[in-house]
Amino acid sequence: MTRGLWIALATLALLPFASHSQFVANLAMLTAISAALGQAWNIAGGFGGLTSFGHVAFFGLGAYADAILQTRYGFTPWLGLPAAALLGGGVGWLMGLATFRAGLRGSYFALVTLAFAEAFRILANSIGITGGGSGILVKLHTSAGNFQFADRRAGYAAALALLALATFAARRLAVGRFGAYLMAVRENEDAARALGVRAVRVKSAALALSGALTALGGVLYVQSYLYIDPPTAFSVERSVEMLLVAMIGGAGTVAGPLLGALAVHAIADTTRSLVATPGVAPMLYGVVLLLIIGFLPGGIARFVTRPAHA
Amino acid sequence: MLEVRGLSRRFGGVRAVRGIDLDVPAGAIVALIGPNGAGKTTSFAAIAGFVRPDSGSVRLDGTDIIGWPPERIALAGMVRTFQITQPFAGLTVAENIRIGAFLRESHRNAATRLARELGTELGLGAWLDRPAAALTVAGRKRLELARALAARPRLLLLDEVMAGLTPTEVNETVALVRGVRGRGATILLTEHVMQAVTALADRVYVMAEGAMIAQGTPREIAVDQRVVEAYLGKGAAARIADG
Amino acid sequence: MALLMPALVGGLLTGGVYALVALGLTLIYGVLHIVNFAHGSLLMMAMFGAWLLAAKFGLDPLVALPLLAAIMFAVGWALYRFVIGRVAHGDDRAILLATLGVAVVLDNLALVLFTGDTRTIETPYALQMIQAGPLLIPLAKLIAFACALLLAGALWAFLALTDTGRAIRAVAREPEGAALVGIRPDRIFALAYGIGIACLGAAACLLLPSFYVSPQVGGVFVLVAFTVVVLGGMGSFPGAVVGGLLVGITENLGGLYLGEDLGPICVPLLFIAVLLVRPTGLFGSVR
Ligand SMILES: Nc1ncnc2c1ncn2[C@@H]1O[C@H](COP(=O)(O)OP(=O)(O)OP(=O)(O)O)[C@@H](O)[C@H]1O
Ligand SMILES: [Mg+2]
Repeated sequence: MTRGLWIALATLALLPFASHSQFVANLAMLTAISAALGQAWNIAGGFGGLTSFGHVAFFGLGAYADAILQTRYGFTPWLGLPAAALLGGGVGWLMGLATFRAGLRGSYFALVTLAFAEAFRILANSIGITGGGSGILVKLHTSAGNFQFADRRAGYAAALALLALATFAARRLAVGRFGAYLMAVRENEDAARALGVRAVRVKSAALALSGALTALGGVLYVQSYLYIDPPTAFSVERSVEMLLVAMIGGAGTVAGPLLGALAVHAIADTTRSLVATPGVAPMLYGVVLLLIIGFLPGGIARFVTRPAHA
Repeated sequence: MLEVRGLSRRFGGVRAVRGIDLDVPAGAIVALIGPNGAGKTTSFAAIAGFVRPDSGSVRLDGTDIIGWPPERIALAGMVRTFQITQPFAGLTVAENIRIGAFLRESHRNAATRLARELGTELGLGAWLDRPAAALTVAGRKRLELARALAARPRLLLLDEVMAGLTPTEVNETVALVRGVRGRGATILLTEHVMQAVTALADRVYVMAEGAMIAQGTPREIAVDQRVVEAYLGKGAAARIADG
Repeated sequence: MALLMPALVGGLLTGGVYALVALGLTLIYGVLHIVNFAHGSLLMMAMFGAWLLAAKFGLDPLVALPLLAAIMFAVGWALYRFVIGRVAHGDDRAILLATLGVAVVLDNLALVLFTGDTRTIETPYALQMIQAGPLLIPLAKLIAFACALLLAGALWAFLALTDTGRAIRAVAREPEGAALVGIRPDRIFALAYGIGIACLGAAACLLLPSFYVSPQVGGVFVLVAFTVVVLGGMGSFPGAVVGGLLVGITENLGGLYLGEDLGPICVPLLFIAVLLVRPTGLFGSVR
């Protein structure tokens, strides 16, 4: 059953390459980025139970790292990838050490991440190197060396690569020692520590990994849209979408964010084709989140995969 | 191996532990007994780094470990169980035990194998792939024990792992604890099941109202007047003698 | 100095209303032990309510205050009864996510109903100033401050002196004990949530004459409200009042010294600093 699911997902992922429609490729790219970001959130929020409301902080840092390096210092955008991952990972690690050492958990952690994202947004809005409120425009010059592609299918391929990387990381968590420790800390921190699990370190490392992957998503965003400004880079809506994708699909499962991204985009695109009023689709996200929490805490993954504890 | 001196801890107005001394020689099984609320669990928590003592020292193999976080103490070879069981509720029983196994066995297949073997040995075989939340109270007690054993501790602190077990299960567990000692581990345990204490302990310490009131062999403790009084109230020993 | 005094006084006045917003939040936390992430969005809803009453029915916000507080009480009560309490199964993370879900729904509902435009209302006293020595104080803010503190006092009296208030405090301290003496905790929970949200109805009427409303203001206020509450100490009544005043002042001083763009960073930084350094806040007891 699980194997069948993965084959179905892989086939679905390859379909857009067969189409010549840029519209389809664009849709596929957006869905893949959502899934990758949801998976990144899932690593901390699902496997580690570190409910973050401000994950967009890492996305924005990655986006700005990439945009600043190429526009101000003339580096190739390919360098943006490792730079963003390093920055996102480093900030995630430090944020984790600071908050977990202070003993923040649950709702407090969620709120603190939100505050970090907000602080970064205000900072980006008011300092010079980010271009302040007017943001950064990357010059259009499509070429592989420039990590800009005229064909949206190439952008989609890049998004798929990030999704594959994030899913690989999640898969390692699901089977390995580090992931087992992370889940143990989520379930019962004291019991884990009694068995020698360095809880603060494990949680910080998960946040670092998650932050690095999220920052890579920011790079892909900049390379596709060639523009970034503070409200886009650090929008609360993106934080919520990351959480939503993971929660709807099934937090703490490997396939969850993929299913969640498909569901969220299906909701969004159907709604948008039916009603043009802005706000209707995101409102439905909220309703779906409430329904999931209330009636299907395991997310869609519960339907599709065999429950682990049968 | 473990040397406790003058350990004290208060909670608000309650002096839960008042300057106790305790020695656990390597290879021994030592029991810490006392009536409810005597301060046994608090002593364990202070020794294992879960609560910070107000004063006193705890030495493990000669090293002062006061102020060490619990995970560091566990890595140094001292592992405790919880009287109020603390399962990883959302993980399976096998996964629970595997967390302990990972302490000494970083390879995941080996850790999984060890966890399943230990679980089966402790009578959790049928439960290995079910969530720990589904276990009965007795099952949870065994899980506590299995998890701690999987970590291959040099010094094992068992906090009432036999409470709630049937007499047969108590006998099994007694045999198991002996076996663990036989493999070289040292054990400090608290227990209300006297049969188990008598059967296992080389040395018994008795606490009441936070203070250490007696120590000796199980035989000596059984006839100690202070101990009987601590359990049954003042004058009880005299009444028993008269009666 | 010429700038400092007005900034301090302005901050203090705004802080009074923040205190009222935070009182609702701290009451909900103190009684239900839940972090109500929908607080900002519910305030935004209430502000749209005040705007509707003023713009469509010509009702002055100060006149509409009791009505809107009553409406918001009903909204809060029903929201807890039929959504949050139902969905969350008493699990902390589920409750937090449920309140997030409610916030997402409300923010976007407002976008659907009112579009993203920014709205203000006109009151005869909106631009009036009062001369106090060298200071010019906006009348609307002064009224808001006075009313907010008055309402905070009334809420305190209600909790301290009435039977219902005592029942609420009993449930806050000892839900099981309260259940034993015949208080039904689930009713008290819905009641307390309702009262917490009623504070927002009142606060909305006090804010609107000198502020604007748009679907985004929920996001602005939620962080402010939580900063006030953690600064004062989660669940602490005097903490919420003092915290409100301090946050109002901090915000204004930030604007004064760091400028329009960077100034707002003070609130999230204060929030982070309090949680990292003193999570129990000024008046909180150990969690
Ligand atoms: N976290 C705490 N806060 C306040 N008081 C505590 C706390 N932990 C323990 N106590 C008190 O300290 C005293 C000792 O408790 P402890 O649990 O150590 O006793 P015990 O000997 O393990 O009892 P039992 O045999 O019932 O397990 C008791 O009076 C208890 O109420
Ligand atoms: Mg005990």
